[in-house]
Amino acid sequence: MRYIPHTEEDVRQMLATIEVDSIEDLFVEIPAEVRLDRPLDLPAPKAEAEVLRELKRLAAQNATEESHSCFLGGGAYNHFIPSVVDHLLSRSEFYTAYTPYQPEISQGTLQAIFEYQSLICQLTGMDVSNASMYDGASACAEAVMMASRATRRKKILLASGLHPEYRETVATYCRYLEMELVEIPAGADGRVDAAALEAALDKSTAAVVAGYPNFFGVIEDLASLAGAAHAVGALLVTAVAEPVSLGMLKSPGELGADIVVGEGQSFGMPVSFGGPGVGFFAARQKTLRSMPGRLVGATTDKEGRTGYVLTLATREQHIRREKATSNICSNQGMCALMATIYLSQLGKKGIRELAEQNLAKAEYAKQAIAVLPGFSIPFAAPTFNEFVVEVEGDVEALLLRLEEQEILAGIPLKKYYAGMERCLLICVTEQNSREQIDALVAALKGGLA
Amino acid sequence: MSSTDSRGLVLDEKLLFELTDPGRVGYSLPAPDVPQTVPRSELLRAEIADFPELSEVDVVRHYTRLSTWNYGVDSGFYPLGSCTMKYNPKVNEQAARLPGFAELHPHTPDHLSQGALQLMYELQQDLAEISGFPAITLQPAAGAQGEFAGMLMIRAWHEAKGQKRHKVMIPDTAHGTNPASASLCGYDVVPVASDGVLSKAAVAAVMDDDVAALMVTNPNTLGLFESDIREICELVHAKGGLVYCDGANLNALMGISRPGDIGIDVMHFNLHKTFSTPHGGGGPGSGPVGVVEKLQPFMPVPVVVKTGELFRLDYALPQSVGRVKGFAGHFSILVRAYAYILAMGGEGLKRATELAVLNANYVRARLEGTYDLPYKQRSLHEVVFSETALANDCHTLDVAKRLIDYGYHPPTIYFPLVVKGALMIEPTETESKQTLDEFCDALLAIAEEAKTDPDLLKQAPVRARVKRLDEATAARKPKLRWTKD
Repeated sequence: MRYIPHTEEDVRQMLATIEVDSIEDLFVEIPAEVRLDRPLDLPAPKAEAEVLRELKRLAAQNATEESHSCFLGGGAYNHFIPSVVDHLLSRSEFYTAYTPYQPEISQGTLQAIFEYQSLICQLTGMDVSNASMYDGASACAEAVMMASRATRRKKILLASGLHPEYRETVATYCRYLEMELVEIPAGADGRVDAAALEAALDKSTAAVVAGYPNFFGVIEDLASLAGAAHAVGALLVTAVAEPVSLGMLKSPGELGADIVVGEGQSFGMPVSFGGPGVGFFAARQKTLRSMPGRLVGATTDKEGRTGYVLTLATREQHIRREKATSNICSNQGMCALMATIYLSQLGKKGIRELAEQNLAKAEYAKQAIAVLPGFSIPFAAPTFNEFVVEVEGDVEALLLRLEEQEILAGIPLKKYYAGMERCLLICVTEQNSREQIDALVAALKGGLA
Repeated sequence: MSSTDSRGLVLDEKLLFELTDPGRVGYSLPAPDVPQTVPRSELLRAEIADFPELSEVDVVRHYTRLSTWNYGVDSGFYPLGSCTMKYNPKVNEQAARLPGFAELHPHTPDHLSQGALQLMYELQQDLAEISGFPAITLQPAAGAQGEFAGMLMIRAWHEAKGQKRHKVMIPDTAHGTNPASASLCGYDVVPVASDGVLSKAAVAAVMDDDVAALMVTNPNTLGLFESDIREICELVHAKGGLVYCDGANLNALMGISRPGDIGIDVMHFNLHKTFSTPHGGGGPGSGPVGVVEKLQPFMPVPVVVKTGELFRLDYALPQSVGRVKGFAGHFSILVRAYAYILAMGGEGLKRATELAVLNANYVRARLEGTYDLPYKQRSLHEVVFSETALANDCHTLDVAKRLIDYGYHPPTIYFPLVVKGALMIEPTETESKQTLDEFCDALLAIAEEAKTDPDLLKQAPVRARVKRLDEATAARKPKLRWTKD
């Protein structure tokens, strides 16, 4: 058993020290009637080579970047990951450590999280960031609960353009908290319908929640949303599922958001069938003490050296138990570190250029598809690296035809929205070459014939 | 610098913002192959002030240096109780990075992700066999989210029967996440006193028809098996309640006893504890949940099912509590756990449990008598000492900090709350007798130092990169981000 170091002689000596005759004697407190009286029905142990062979066999049955040209987004984005990210992440002093409960021997993790928090504040335009949460969807749910705590109100307005899985997750978290969730439809241009929002807002509203860009790839008018929310004392929660956009778009903080959450997978993490990524969570200084999740702060040691510690823990479950601001106990340390390394390598110029390339490629594809017979772009508002296409024909059949040409052309929106049976969400990133985009356009054109 | 002065290589390292040199770049993008697009200027931000500007070498040196200030399982013994810091096999890391897993997009149609879905399906089956629960969801992101999902299912089950119950019983030894998760489901928490283990009488005294569930941890956080668990479950069931088990300590039970067989209705797994996936400096974890048949209709969606020879994600559970996060779970963590189960097999998992229990009892045998052991029942996978036998007003915190000087990560301290100055040691099965002997020798030496030279403990650590940090000031005047000033 290669992961277990005991020799028979070790076991014998240890049993003698414990003063029992056998390992079996160590389980005396477990009554016979609750024992399993047979071996576990699992296969025999496998050698390392066999384990790897089996996993390679399974992996080989899945679509990859090599096998397909991929235009899927919808909350998980295919961006290039520089070698540096995985090399540094693989320093096992980082990934085999746990929560930095003992700061004197965890300064690596702690300083990296402090840097992560600083980067998230810069990107979102907010004052404070926590040390990260599970993912964008659950961070969004935590933001809704925080907004309710901060305003002492129970009504939440969710833009229908907010990622559907974020909306579902919010609904799950609020299921037994006596909250009122109201969906605000999108207008004809793909942004929140201002009149519908105005009609739903009142003095019981805790928050307006909108994606930026939203699930349709559309760039919401956050300043107007913030103005409308603030007019009745509600908060604006902004969820950023594709944070590369923050490399060029005005930050939510600058536009008046009160809480900014999002998914950081784009920053150096593989799409990995949906996880793990990292949920970021940032807010204003004045609401710091009602924030969920871990926080790292700077301090000094007895000799005046700068160091970092977990701080403001009195908000958290291990101290406050049922009165905590959240039940969360971990953060996404490893993924937050990936984002931190990725962003420090990309830097000030890189994040801008990356965002510009994503926008340019998506626009190039959008304009080419817009003029194809049988295809149209239903939403007129500006988009980032995703856009909705309406098809005069059967979307599912079209997608299957494109799959035959090794193209994953997009996400059918039928799954998420009644009335969008003929719509497709297409994502283009810097990973899609012009050649791939041209092939997509040609295949779409031929696919309807 | 003397070559014998190892402190000479404890390098200082500024924040990355302070290393920045304007104009430096560490990235490269392919040249644009489509026309530039100029968006409406009112949408655009100015360049991000003070964002890092570093070369690739700067970044590599920076994080390499930071890593050396950390201590992981690969650095040495990490007996952090309740966290099961076992060795993280390297082949798991390689498996998670296979392109067929890492590059698989979550919106890929089922027929092009059969390998991933099969892996998830097989993992569900394996966890079902290990735990005795017929149905498993892999979605929850971590143990605390698994607890939340489990408690949601309990509430949904009661409500489907037209029952409105308001209370959840939780023993005083429970992890803080238990009451926090119950509260998130709208329940009032009723504490139950235990005396090391839960008694039938203590549960019976609180159990009534307004109690939705009992949340237990088994073995509990003292490392003790709840020996009356079957009768306690019967007692709760008789009054219409359900029993939730925090599966944090499953490493003590594999192949020995299955929670699903003994009356438990719901349990979460911690794949980052029992199934060897890395703790990642604080996460990501993964917290699948197993349930008995009657709770199956309430599981979060999606679940992986097999129809004929085809695996698919099933969203059609009309009574589902809904999703608790995006997509289907922490997939790359699931890959690692599956690789571990393949490597260990059924007999290997049982052997892991046996030797984890042997290791904890060995540490106990070597330290009992020098350190105070408040609960004398036979320990399973971990052992909890108190600080009461320490000389000269030395406390658990001092012992923990002094252990750092001896080259160890300290155990969990001051938890569970029922033990005064708890020192909670969980060695796991991946540590050798030699490692345990050296560690026990260190703890025995520290107890002696407390008698003869307590200042060695009070001033510790002296060999770490920093001395004890001023946590009070950190909380009073929070500085949570770098700013240019």
